[in-house]
Amino acid sequence: MSLQLSELSDADSDDQEYLWTLNFGPQHPATHTTLRLILKLDGETIVGAVPDIGYLHSGFEKLGEDLDFNQYVTIVDRMNYISPVANELSWIQTVEKLVGVTITPRCKYVRTIFAELMRIHDHLLCVGAAALDLGAFTPFLYAFKQREKIYDICEFASGQRFHSSYMRVGGVMYDVDDKWVNLVRDFAAHFPAAVAEITRLLTRNRIFMSRLRGVGVLTREDAINFSCSGPVARASGVVRDLRKDEPYLAYPDFDFKVVCSDGCDCYSRYMVRMQEMLESQKIIEQAIENLPGGPINVDAEGRAIMPGKQEVYQSIEGLIRHFETIIPNRGFLAPVEEIYSAQETANGELGYYIVGNGTIKAYRARTRPPSYIHFAVFPHLIKGHTLSDVVAVLGSLNIIAAELDR
Amino acid sequence: MTSMSTIERLKQRFSGEGFASSQFRDNTRFDIPPADVTGVLTFLKNDCGFDLLVDITAVDLLEYPDARNRFRVFYALANTSTAERIYVRTHLDEPDLTLPSAYPLWRGADWMEREVFDMFGIRFAGHPNLKRILMPEEFTAFPLRKDYPLRGRGERHNFPVITRAES
Repeated sequence: MSLQLSELSDADSDDQEYLWTLNFGPQHPATHTTLRLILKLDGETIVGAVPDIGYLHSGFEKLGEDLDFNQYVTIVDRMNYISPVANELSWIQTVEKLVGVTITPRCKYVRTIFAELMRIHDHLLCVGAAALDLGAFTPFLYAFKQREKIYDICEFASGQRFHSSYMRVGGVMYDVDDKWVNLVRDFAAHFPAAVAEITRLLTRNRIFMSRLRGVGVLTREDAINFSCSGPVARASGVVRDLRKDEPYLAYPDFDFKVVCSDGCDCYSRYMVRMQEMLESQKIIEQAIENLPGGPINVDAEGRAIMPGKQEVYQSIEGLIRHFETIIPNRGFLAPVEEIYSAQETANGELGYYIVGNGTIKAYRARTRPPSYIHFAVFPHLIKGHTLSDVVAVLGSLNIIAAELDR
Repeated sequence: MTSMSTIERLKQRFSGEGFASSQFRDNTRFDIPPADVTGVLTFLKNDCGFDLLVDITAVDLLEYPDARNRFRVFYALANTSTAERIYVRTHLDEPDLTLPSAYPLWRGADWMEREVFDMFGIRFAGHPNLKRILMPEEFTAFPLRKDYPLRGRGERHNFPVITRAES
């Protein structure tokens, strides 16, 4: 304990004995999963905060050196578990860039739809949980009702609601059919009404506004200096969205806006997330109407993707290709090179830095975790605020412990 | 992606032994010797407009084919106004595993460098609080090094037990 207290020593001298230390977490209903804050308080005002993380550290980056590229998709799913398919997407995009695989148009559209569904998924939870932490129970339930529909969409595509492990190098696990298309279309059609319900409860709510306005102010210069990205940065006036700045997948085909705000406080982050959900819904609507046909997986020539079951059971080449892809000491080889590639997920810029060494596994698989980088801003944001604002600020930063600790 | 002018400006300003540039897919990389880290990063931030530090990480090149050094430290920078990216790489060897900290330039480097220290043992001179961040404080090894096994060395079974009477 002494080492953590010594970090607060600049606020702790002999004539300040009235300051007291409060341990917030790691097990606390309002800290989003296991993270710990050691707060130095003057009455109810916070004088200093030291985050203590690592309670959920599971060695994901070390595992990346032990599993091959397709197997690691299961691990990557479990990092930002609030929007799992988005992580998979980012990982697979980076691996495909490293190996040099170009995906089919249908795959691009399906992946874009999943990316936007996951953005909605994440924002719904963030807004719902932020409201829940402040005492508003109903918006949380409304948000989760919509999330159930997204779980159904994921289950329909891959068989798993949560950690879908749906993406593969060169394509996806199974193709999507008309029933899936109808599910997504239904969801997109009913979604704006659901967002309107949550908006009616929260956006002009006197209590919600007075708890969030002016709390956790992050100026534009600080947002860039602290490496923030995503809604946290956009709510501070940083106009940066990788979907527009470095377009990937099918984003150039769609008409959508990047939501920014000048407010810099928790309320602006909430508003940015709410509006981003509506923009994502527009993208999904446009994508699902124009879903191209054709194959979803890249032709299995580079031995990256598994051939379909028809081929496997009815031709010897299919059987050989299946064997070559699935058996651990065979499969496609990464070049002896490294790459960094980032995508815009709901939390911010999620990037992967993969170093390949000519084998089927990564030599180094580094995740650039937006939650980790945003949590470092927390002590700066919370100084001078009261204890009850800790929850508001934590909720607005959308810290997910599994991505924080990996 | 980096336009020719940034990499040209870098090559013009920093040339000589130990500097090299390369390109792979859309990544433009600039290799520098460790002594020039602060100079290059300051130049990129102040003169070339790379105001966003995206990531700092390291790779242990112990088992890498044709590696000449032990560690590679990798800085990813971005320019928020032009959406340009550049990657700066530097190499370190034992026993001198120190680099100047990027904290004076970007406060976001704080936790990034702490994690590099925690996982690889690379120290950053001038860092305000270089302590372990993900591993427990009393952990002695550096887990992401290649000589540390995947399943650890039994630390999980050797946690100190604190009884109620002692605490």
